[in-house]
Amino acid sequence: MARSLLLTIHILGILCFAYIVAKRLAPLARAERDLRFDHPLTRIGKVFKFWLGQWRHPRYKFAGTTHILIFSGFILLAARAFFVLIVGVNQDFVMPGLSGRIGHLYDIVTDYAATVVFLCMAIAAIRRLVFKPARYAVPAKYGKGHTADAIFLLGLIAILMVADSLFAASHSLQGPPVETLATLSLPWMLQIALASSSLATISAFGFAAYLIHELAFYFLLCYRPFGIQFHVETSLFSIYFAKLERGTLKPVRWGISDDRLDQVKSFGVKKFEDFTWKHVLDFYSCADCGRCADNCPANAAGRPLAPRFLTTKAREYAFQHYPVFGKANNGKPLIGNVYSEDEIWSCTTCGACEEECPLLIEYIDKVVDLRRGMIDDGNVPQSLQRPMKALESRGNPYGKMEKKRGDWTKSPEFQNNCDVKILDGKRTADTLYFVDSITSYDDRMQSIGRSTSRILDHIGEDFGVLGPAEKDSGHDVRRFGEEMLFLALRDHNIDAVKASGAKRIVTADPHAYNAWRHDYKDVPPVEHISQVIARGVNAGKIQFNQIANEEKVFVYHDPCYLGRHNQIYDDPRTVLDAIPGLKRVEMTRSRDRSFCCGGGGLMLFYEPKEEQRMGVLRVRMAAEAAANVIVTACPFCMVNLEDAIKVAGMEGKMSVIDLTELVDKHIMRGSCTETQKLEEAATCGG
Amino acid sequence: MEILVCARRVPDTSENEITLNAEGNDIERDELVYSVNEADNYAVEEALRIRDRFGGTVTVVTVGGEEDEEVLRRQLAMGANQAALLSDDGFSGSDGRGIATILKGFVQKGHYDLILTGVQAEDGAAQVGGMLAAMLDYPFASLVNSISVENDKLIVSREIEGGNKEINEIELPCVLAIQTGINEPRYVGMRGIRQVASVPIPTLGASDLGVNPATVGAQVAKVKRIDYFVPTLDSGAEMLHGSREENAEKIIELVAAKGGLK
Repeated sequence: MARSLLLTIHILGILCFAYIVAKRLAPLARAERDLRFDHPLTRIGKVFKFWLGQWRHPRYKFAGTTHILIFSGFILLAARAFFVLIVGVNQDFVMPGLSGRIGHLYDIVTDYAATVVFLCMAIAAIRRLVFKPARYAVPAKYGKGHTADAIFLLGLIAILMVADSLFAASHSLQGPPVETLATLSLPWMLQIALASSSLATISAFGFAAYLIHELAFYFLLCYRPFGIQFHVETSLFSIYFAKLERGTLKPVRWGISDDRLDQVKSFGVKKFEDFTWKHVLDFYSCADCGRCADNCPANAAGRPLAPRFLTTKAREYAFQHYPVFGKANNGKPLIGNVYSEDEIWSCTTCGACEEECPLLIEYIDKVVDLRRGMIDDGNVPQSLQRPMKALESRGNPYGKMEKKRGDWTKSPEFQNNCDVKILDGKRTADTLYFVDSITSYDDRMQSIGRSTSRILDHIGEDFGVLGPAEKDSGHDVRRFGEEMLFLALRDHNIDAVKASGAKRIVTADPHAYNAWRHDYKDVPPVEHISQVIARGVNAGKIQFNQIANEEKVFVYHDPCYLGRHNQIYDDPRTVLDAIPGLKRVEMTRSRDRSFCCGGGGLMLFYEPKEEQRMGVLRVRMAAEAAANVIVTACPFCMVNLEDAIKVAGMEGKMSVIDLTELVDKHIMRGSCTETQKLEEAATCGG
Repeated sequence: MEILVCARRVPDTSENEITLNAEGNDIERDELVYSVNEADNYAVEEALRIRDRFGGTVTVVTVGGEEDEEVLRRQLAMGANQAALLSDDGFSGSDGRGIATILKGFVQKGHYDLILTGVQAEDGAAQVGGMLAAMLDYPFASLVNSISVENDKLIVSREIEGGNKEINEIELPCVLAIQTGINEPRYVGMRGIRQVASVPIPTLGASDLGVNPATVGAQVAKVKRIDYFVPTLDSGAEMLHGSREENAEKIIELVAAKGGLK
């Protein structure tokens, strides 16, 4: 009787779970292609590191450690859960490989595992209910809070652990008294509590525990696909299929080459099914831990964007749109129904969210795909239309004349001590300095161009620039979703570089660097100037004069497209530390947790809805670190941080300097004429 | 509703450095980049919105040469149903009245309920819309910054001095000169333009339009450009030297004194 009841529960539970999962998989089947079946070994490596190894969890010490304990407990208990399920139907069942001493050892380990998981549930519940970490809060505009759901799930797991332990305790009391339960574990305590009871009572407790365990187990199994805990099942797949290359963007459509894009009817994501199946899987996998939003600069600045809700809103929509019971209903356009336009334009693609997500959920590709959809529908903020049009007709967002792109090289005081070749076919060079639009045209940023040139000159590099033949790298044009314009700019630049005959590319603009490194294909190797300088420093080619002002305390701000997207964290720091007498501190948010300055490229033109500027938050962080000079290595960071200093009223207390400017200022020049000329042409400085 | 929009290609003021040529009688045109006249772009957007709500078609027309086709192509990409280029050797050098005469010829070949122009071309004189209406004997409203359709009439608001609006009822068919800011025009990228690359754009000359060549062109133009004047840079700026707060107050005072604040 009992046996057939248990068997029925098993079968019903499994059927129910299979049905729900099949329903959940349906949208994946209808979603767009995504080619993620390559590099199996690398992917397995990721699974070991990020899934089994829980690599990113300790970034949040307390929550991370708790999660690691729960995860390990679950992994250890998985075999026992399986055993318990079968033993109800077949009492003589012994798990293969878990007989005798090994089995006993495994029992002791799992007794503790169940205990630890139970305690962790209590800790997690207390955190949720008493300490209420800010990152779990859900502002009303993004939907309802998930605390009740979380507590419910924690409670179910706790019940599962107690039932499991009670079953183990009664099993042990009924069986041969050879085996002891793990001292101080939950089963051990329950065994002591039950020890004086009659055998019948113990047996009844055992059966009840088993039944509760079964019911809780299957309920959890079937309930998880409805909420934040589905990641228990899906995380393994999300991590296996995670994106492998940083700094890249997904193509408009997987498997469609650039020259066939004209045949694609609709660009980007407009309705839910335009997401790729991997992106739908991401929606399911999100554990709603809030780490992405906690690190998102747009969220911190009060823009209407938090990556976490990009996911949870899509998930909620998917659950309504593809209900478990009943047919899929008619879809709605995502923009205007699930997401707002401002939400999608608010992202600077800094990558802080992706760096933090323990499950490697992708955001940038989704945001860019949603933007592609809006661009395709002509739905573009007016503030962005003018620069985009100018990029199309003039190759720069300012609408300046092409022929003036190289004019920064021609100021007499600069040209006297540094002759920058324009590689127009008449003159050639091995190295091409790709300047990009902002450094070419912006009066303030031209100083970065001149410093970069003088540094290249100093180390004896044979270099030149494209001048009028250069166009914007299109890096942020692409990230704003205007793929066709990007392709036109890219193709033009590749042709121009090929025509110049240059064998390698150097740039001082991390956005251009990322474009040449990741967005352009089959092009000469590219380096950021900080790499070139670091190499010069290490080889002894570059030596520095002592820092003159001892009151200066420097802090390095990692540009997103140099740091997170390209992992260049150490070279700029090596260079700074090579300057004698330079005092350097670090901000709490540095390296892979660097806080975006406000975004580059077209983001300079976008008028976001925000409570304050990201840059203002950033310069305050620098002040908190007791620094008074921020060193950065990106012209866009320079614009945003210099503006932020003014907005924050910190002029005179804080300044910004580009790494190239600082190096240029302190480089020890060989001949005294070189130094003299430079003093005459002194730029700004720190 | 059948809507005709008259558009024009102009040097884009935000993307050109406008300089005078050596003779001083025209601007230097060698390296100019062009785009659709801004107000005309708003007019096309408004036409598309009316069509999308009430049905009908949107036709875009321009008077010019082969190079002006790019403007029509862009408006087709925005969503206009058809476009026509009015081009004839005899058209060149036409003044506002000449342009209006040519457009009138095109209007009379079709049946348009509503004709929109931009309020003025960036290099123009804001005259063609009014002249066209007069020649057609249609009612006309200028500086229109909102349109609502009420059966066979339109309720339009016009921008008047000081940011105020005047609400008018106007009977169809009519000509409206559209003010910028009436809507937020949609974006057209390279992809959109490429998708309409093969849509034919007919070119119509004087005989196709039934326009008497003796009424258009440089010969009969009564308004002729004789010179350009570029204001010289002067030192009229008033520098404020107070603290941030003082300057802010002073600016408010100055702007208010000029009637900019109420």
